[in-house]
Amino acid sequence: MPAIGARLQTDEFDGAAEQAALLAGRRDLGAAVNFTGLVRADDGLVALTLEHYPAMTLGQMQAIADAAAARWPGVVGTIIHRHGRLLPGESIVLVVTAAPHRADAFAAASFLMDWLKTKAPFWKREEFADGTTRWVEARAHDDDAAARW
Amino acid sequence: MAEILYFAWVREAVGIDGETLALPATVSTVAGLLDWLAQRSPGHAAALADRSRIRVAVDQAFAGPDTPVTGAREIAIFPPVTGG
Repeated sequence: MPAIGARLQTDEFDGAAEQAALLAGRRDLGAAVNFTGLVRADDGLVALTLEHYPAMTLGQMQAIADAAAARWPGVVGTIIHRHGRLLPGESIVLVVTAAPHRADAFAAASFLMDWLKTKAPFWKREEFADGTTRWVEARAHDDDAAARW
Repeated sequence: MAEILYFAWVREAVGIDGETLALPATVSTVAGLLDWLAQRSPGHAAALADRSRIRVAVDQAFAGPDTPVTGAREIAIFPPVTGG
């Protein structure tokens, strides 16, 4: 089993249960970070649809997880990304990390989110109350955030 | 034969989610492939008009304009990713 495991699913996840599973039986971990990305109802948004590249997505997510595990030995974690049509308030992505000390747990979680946003083949389409749809544009500050690692 | 896949607004602009094509011998890189594909239809041309908004994966690995495509089995063309 990889130190940081990746999953791809349409269903909602339970971040607390994922963290509990990660920590079960461990007495050497002093820090756990639990991050959830959520659908925001900006500008009258009624739904967000996550399209992805089925043949590539999970492999790329695991490669990102493995890159984090190599940079921060001793960090364990779970990343889950949802796809399909999601409603405001629903979760999109989960990053749970744990480590002996908090600096590594925070850094690995931040790295995982920055790379998931810029190196995993997902595309968001926004759907608004008036029936219009719009593909989300990539943001330069996300690229900058990913490049700092 | 190469399987060409389109995602997100590139898929919508081209009008299909993929096509299986025999690439001519003159098409050897990603940049050359995009030039060639852009001539296939007005939809292709519109989708590929602004190359700064186009990203490509060759056999499921992210690629650049100079990445070889000769012998590739699966080439995906899509906008910059926006997950997370």
